[in-house]
Amino acid sequence: MIRFQAVSKHYPATGHEALTHIDLHLATGEMAFLTGHSGAGKSTLLKLIGRLETPTRGQLWVNGRNLNKLTQRQIPYHRRQVGMIFQDHRLLPQRTVYNNVALPLVVASVRHQDIRRRVQAVLNKVGLARKANSYPISLSGGEQQRVGIARALVSKPPIVLADEPTGNLDPELSRDIMGLFTEFNTVGVTLLIATHDVSLIRPLRKRIIHLQQGRVQPAHPTDNS
Amino acid sequence: MTIPHRTPQYPKRRFNWLLQHLQDAVSTLGKLCRTPLSSLLTVTVIGIALALPGGFYLIVSPIQHHNQHWTDNASTISVYLAQHLNNSEINQIHRRIRQEPGVAETHLIDKTQAMDEFRTHSGFGAALDLLEHNPLPAVILVQPALNQQHIDQTERLATRLRAWPGVDAAQVDLQWLHRFAAITHIATRGIALLAALLGIAVLLIIGNTIRLHIQNQQDEIAIMQLVGGTQAFIRRPYLYEGLWYGLSGALVAYGLLFAAITLLQNPLRQLGSLYQTNLALHLNDPTLILLLGCGSPLLGLLGAWLSVRQHLTSTSHER
Ligand SMILES: Nc1ncnc2c1ncn2[C@@H]1O[C@H](COP(=O)(O)OP(=O)(O)OP(=O)(O)O)[C@@H](O)[C@H]1O
Ligand SMILES: [Mg+2]
Repeated sequence: MIRFQAVSKHYPATGHEALTHIDLHLATGEMAFLTGHSGAGKSTLLKLIGRLETPTRGQLWVNGRNLNKLTQRQIPYHRRQVGMIFQDHRLLPQRTVYNNVALPLVVASVRHQDIRRRVQAVLNKVGLARKANSYPISLSGGEQQRVGIARALVSKPPIVLADEPTGNLDPELSRDIMGLFTEFNTVGVTLLIATHDVSLIRPLRKRIIHLQQGRVQPAHPTDNS
Repeated sequence: MTIPHRTPQYPKRRFNWLLQHLQDAVSTLGKLCRTPLSSLLTVTVIGIALALPGGFYLIVSPIQHHNQHWTDNASTISVYLAQHLNNSEINQIHRRIRQEPGVAETHLIDKTQAMDEFRTHSGFGAALDLLEHNPLPAVILVQPALNQQHIDQTERLATRLRAWPGVDAAQVDLQWLHRFAAITHIATRGIALLAALLGIAVLLIIGNTIRLHIQNQQDEIAIMQLVGGTQAFIRRPYLYEGLWYGLSGALVAYGLLFAAITLLQNPLRQLGSLYQTNLALHLNDPTLILLLGCGSPLLGLLGAWLSVRQHLTSTSHER
């Protein structure tokens, strides 16, 4: 589903490479975690998959597509296949929770009735049904994060990428959200989740990819802090 | 595992597409109404920019029309006959002129008729009674045939008639009409130029207004792109915005022209009556309606399209 082949990413702004020679394969329906210290390149790796950034070197295939060969026109259709949860939420402050979550469906021209049904369902799942008409500013950090999660899941994309999805959540909510991800995984969704919280993901017994200074470490992490 | 890229994940229907357009059309209109002052200012500026060339056009187009009319009528030749001719000689010349090739119609004004006309129009009635002889010549008005009405042909006909014995003079007085036609021609060109310049101004006004709106909404645009919004989807509300600006600007221009005409109607009627013509201005000119009603919205669309394209290309390196 996702295949990195000798991918490097170099931000022109900063001198060093954010990612160096990444070789990685995620099978369809696989669920994996991405760990590593701050600045290791986790967000960068996820952004490459969502085509928010382009590799400086190497090839990257997602869903059978070589992303280097994607035209400008195809990018939106690629992104509809990838549900992204951002570290900084990226919500629209002028829109209600409902409208924020509905956005991926609206841009994909889904019918009104279907949008309502799906948004309500996913808001129920993240426990925000009562906040549908609130604005993001009036929500707590954790609630905003869950709005971002709902937005990524609402269109039921085949791939879900999550960047620190539980960073602002208490342990109980974190476990609920992880449960939601596993639920999605059981119906065949491929997930890649960046997180610091090793104690949360250990019990799930899923693959853990450890990044260190932009490189994939072969061994499982022993410690993360 | 290869999934075709434009997988229609959801049933897309033409009806749905139409509904979205309608939604965007209405919601952008609503957005403009929510900032009434700035919208009104923009629309007024557009309206004034459009009303200027529109007004000039309204003034020049009837003049041009009259001009055409006058040129046709004026291609008459006045043939002044010699004083000493008697009536039968006059009638003979009249008959000969009528048989001349290229002559469509003639009208004889004999000495007495000329005298009567002069008497009633000049106000010299009493003075004329003092004269022993009628000093006025008989005049034959010659209307060239329709296919002979070109100025050169008319002039040639006049030259031929002038050489006849018994003909004192044959006059085609077109000079001033041609000068006048040249002036209106220049005016028409000038108005076209003005319209083009102000059209560009309207394009820039709308483009810039929408560019500012885009700048205010760039976070929103960025997020829409993140969740898979196509360029067409992002462009659409701005296109409607441009369309609304263009349409309402045209309406304002039309309203301004209406007001101006209402103010000018009476003085113009008076002026027209002095020249025995009807100088009324008409707002229901199809060219004007077409230019305002279609040209302005098209300029709005183009301005919006250019602004969105400029924004999307300037940010495309980020995504
Ligand atoms: N837009 C950018 N421009 C320049 N440099 C960047 C940019 N984004 C990230 N970097 C650099 O790339 C490196 C990797 O950043 P990245 O955000 O991928 O780390 P991360 O693993 O997600 O860290 P964190 O756990 O703090 O979120 C960092 O050194 C960072 O400074
Ligand atoms: Mg990060």
